[in-house]
Amino acid sequence: MLSDILVVMIGAIFVNNFVMSRFLGICPFLGVSKKLETAFGMGMAVTFVMAIASLVSYLVNAFILIPLDMEYLQTIAFILVIAVLVQIVEMALKKMVPSLYQALGVYLPLITTNCAVLGVAQLNVTEGYGLILSVVNGIASALGYTLAICLFAGIRERLAIGNLPKWMEGFPGALIAAGLMAVAFNGFSGLI
Amino acid sequence: MKDLIRVFKNGLLDENPTFRMVLGTCPTLAITTAASNGIGMGLAATFVLVFSNLVISLLRKMIPDEIRIPAFIVVIATFVTIVQLVIKAYLPALDESLGLFIPLIVVNCIIFARAEAFAFKNPPLPSIADGLGMGLGFTWAITFISSVREIFGAGTWFGMQVMPESYIPMGILVRPAGGFIIFGLAIVLMNAVMPKKA
Repeated sequence: MLSDILVVMIGAIFVNNFVMSRFLGICPFLGVSKKLETAFGMGMAVTFVMAIASLVSYLVNAFILIPLDMEYLQTIAFILVIAVLVQIVEMALKKMVPSLYQALGVYLPLITTNCAVLGVAQLNVTEGYGLILSVVNGIASALGYTLAICLFAGIRERLAIGNLPKWMEGFPGALIAAGLMAVAFNGFSGLI
Repeated sequence: MKDLIRVFKNGLLDENPTFRMVLGTCPTLAITTAASNGIGMGLAATFVLVFSNLVISLLRKMIPDEIRIPAFIVVIATFVTIVQLVIKAYLPALDESLGLFIPLIVVNCIIFARAEAFAFKNPPLPSIADGLGMGLGFTWAITFISSVREIFGAGTWFGMQVMPESYIPMGILVRPAGGFIIFGLAIVLMNAVMPKKA
């Protein structure tokens, strides 16, 4: 069991990194990675939501959809669960942990349309993970996401002051930098 | 009629969702390893986009402003589920290669952006034109990217051998890294061929 957990964790953080190899959550990856600080905030918010979303979507799938024979509604059910969850998390944080809300506040609403969250819910189902592995996979994938977005933000901070040719400025330069990063992450592929 | 054509062309070229607005980037990078995937994904998203635009435009006076996001999600998710079931039933090979990214059309930000920016404010007919333009703009863009990746990365196009036997495929192009790099270069090319209007 422990080794299963370890394999899922290493796999999700490095080998099948959400951004660098599965291509999930690219829009916020490109959108909020201009500064290291905001990138880290986004990463933390995603980790928080993905951990809870993995848990809740597992429960919804196992105790509502499967007994009722309605697996074909997974997509609709999951996205609704995530939208509701993000809203609840936002309200709860605002009330109970205002300091954390201050830090994550702006990023929370963005997460509903982050395909990494819906992606992890769907992946847990297709991979057939149980309750514990689903949550572990959710947290580890999100940590991998945080790792990638923070590294990328560091590169972009440097790119911004660097002397790029005019045609490379903005998205093209960022995308090519991300491509080179993906080459590095490719090196993890033999790990497990 | 003239207006409809203008709206349609807007999505196809001037405000191309992939190259100009850089939306819906996840499928653009993930499934563009083969040209057939590009067309399949593009048309599936176009279908969802046209119908969700139509329905949201019809309901625009009934949906209260505060709950419009959940309402959009339900409408979009419904059409995605239809597409998902149809593809699974009739095109199992496409289902296999697109995998996770068919349900993820729900969170494709192009569809969200059009619902919010266009369909919620405009009557049904222009909304359909907008959906078609944006959808086909997305389709040609990802088909273009996937063609480049497939031809140079695997030496084939739509599965047919197009490069001479002696050509050694650049394997990196069909790997994740190639996705980022080709997408970046494609934006450069697009900006060079059709400079942004000031």
